[in-house]
Amino acid sequence: MDFGSINPVVLMASLMVASTPILLAALGEMVTEKSGVLNLGVEGMMIFGAVCGFIAAIETQSPTMGFIAAAVGGAALSMLFGFLTQIFLTTQVPAGLALTLLGTGLASLLGQNYQGMSPPRMPDLHIPVLESIPVIGPVIFQHDAIVYLSLIMVVVIWAFLKFTRAGLILRAVGENHAAAHALGYKVKAVRFAAIGFGGAMAGLGGAYISLVRVPQWTDGITAGIGWIALAIVVFASWRAGRVLIGAYLFGGITVLQLNLQAAGAKVPVELLSMSPFLATILVLVVISARRHGATSAPAMLGRIFHTS
Amino acid sequence: MIAIVKRPEPSKFWTIATPVFAVLLTMILGGLLFAAMGKDPVAAIRTIFWDPLFNDQFAAYSRPQLLVKAGPLILIAIGLSLGFKAGIWNIGAEGQYIMGAIAGASVGLALYPLDAWWIFPLMVIAGAIGGFLWAMIPALLKTRFNTNEILVSLMLVYVAEQILASAALGFLRNPEGNGFPGSRNMSQIPWLSNPELIPGTGAHWGVVAALGAVVAAYVLLNKHLLGFQIRLTGESPRAARFAGVKDKLLVVFCLGTAGALAGLAGLFEVTGPAGQISIDFGAGYGFTAIIVAFLGRLNPIGILLAGLLLALTFIGGELAQFMLGLPSAAIQVFQGMLLMILLAMDLVVNYRITIVNRETT
Repeated sequence: MDFGSINPVVLMASLMVASTPILLAALGEMVTEKSGVLNLGVEGMMIFGAVCGFIAAIETQSPTMGFIAAAVGGAALSMLFGFLTQIFLTTQVPAGLALTLLGTGLASLLGQNYQGMSPPRMPDLHIPVLESIPVIGPVIFQHDAIVYLSLIMVVVIWAFLKFTRAGLILRAVGENHAAAHALGYKVKAVRFAAIGFGGAMAGLGGAYISLVRVPQWTDGITAGIGWIALAIVVFASWRAGRVLIGAYLFGGITVLQLNLQAAGAKVPVELLSMSPFLATILVLVVISARRHGATSAPAMLGRIFHTS
Repeated sequence: MIAIVKRPEPSKFWTIATPVFAVLLTMILGGLLFAAMGKDPVAAIRTIFWDPLFNDQFAAYSRPQLLVKAGPLILIAIGLSLGFKAGIWNIGAEGQYIMGAIAGASVGLALYPLDAWWIFPLMVIAGAIGGFLWAMIPALLKTRFNTNEILVSLMLVYVAEQILASAALGFLRNPEGNGFPGSRNMSQIPWLSNPELIPGTGAHWGVVAALGAVVAAYVLLNKHLLGFQIRLTGESPRAARFAGVKDKLLVVFCLGTAGALAGLAGLFEVTGPAGQISIDFGAGYGFTAIIVAFLGRLNPIGILLAGLLLALTFIGGELAQFMLGLPSAAIQVFQGMLLMILLAMDLVVNYRITIVNRETT
């Protein structure tokens, strides 16, 4: 095995690229769950966003248009889940599964004529002065705009939930929808907004995979990242800062195992490929074992709200 | 204005009627989708739902395929339905299916070239145990640490797929296969194969097992205390605890049964229609079975019918792909739409929609 072929600077830089889709999707899902809605359709919204973004970027030759289309596509698909769970009062777990099944099928249908194409490249932002710092510069300050957007979103979402009135209402709806309703807040409108936001973020994350990370279109391109994002929300105990840690941890495992594969490590390739999923299970176990009784999950998570 | 009032208990009429309406509505919307793709919608729907069974040219080949495809779907969906009824969400049946196939095939191939009557039954047992043990991972993590079984069972699908790849390329690879990936073809080794039992029907041991599972589940749910406990836990977990239901045991039972049945489905598939362990052995039955379970209303008889219908969409989809150039993904969309529409229609099952006069309320 040749560890020398693994360049730590490149490794760290690609860690950020690998983590960004997980981070975006997990942040979106966290906001959705904070409003008391468990949307298991993240994988479906991600892959739908991935294909929408890819097609838009190819057709307009603009990666920016691609990301906009991905966010719109992800949000549009999430509205199906919104109608199902908020208007038709469907149980959220099967509704989310249905969304993933439908999204995967739609993505594969839309993308079939785009296989093998190369999307326009997303330009890297070279942040002046900072980028020339040795090691740290190439690792942190030479990425594309979406990487920075995802990091900014961590702060924005944290501040939104902690300091703003709208964030407080969102949390109130998630903790006790009956009380929030009695106070005159529009529970369903808040939840629709949260679901839509989650969809848009998942769409962005998906597009980051198809436009930057891979970058091309193949069926099943998200390969379970949406599910890992769901697990990271649990891991993070519904806190934005910890979502960042979780996403980068898993991005790190993904990048490391890919590099070990490339370096020809004396570990079966399959074992390396399954490592992110095994790590996810391990983390879920540790988190659930540590907390007895009191949990930090929003109290209304997965519950149907209905007034009659 | 329209008021939506929760029914004291789900409407019996709508429970049965909504799946039928959902299928019809999906056909209409699916037809529109096919039309939007530039295909003749009527021809497409006919090719999917009619031609596989009644077209003179294709029915002879397609009709037996119905049972071949429905067998694993029903077998897996019956297992899932027990858990879904009790609010235990095993969505990793695909992984349990794969692990059952690997475990069963490993036993048969390890004994190769030994030829004895007891080998196939032993493989069947190994298949069930393989799926069972794979399902025990989320079950025990759930009961011991209260870990979310949805995410764990799903993660294990990806892990199982990697083990499958490793089996096909490594420990189960056919030593006489000239280095090609994939195990020996068990459907061509008489004592390892799961043959068509009645020529022309497509019925193999997996279909027999599926029918047995339908009957067993029916008896369990309607005549047995455990079945009552499953239903009670799903409807009111608190009441169930007061009634003395051992909820941890129930988790183990529901996940274990689902895993064992999925494992059986995998074993019968790998020794029959698929023939060998290959990288692309996992064909998504484990996920489609979720749709089957819901479309069948988590009721054994309903699942039997729903399994046949979903099997028909698979076969019809292949035919439409061949005849009309309809992409295979269109069928996936169709199946996803079906589940969504069905779930939306649950509204009238659980709620009464009435028009009330605002002044009187």
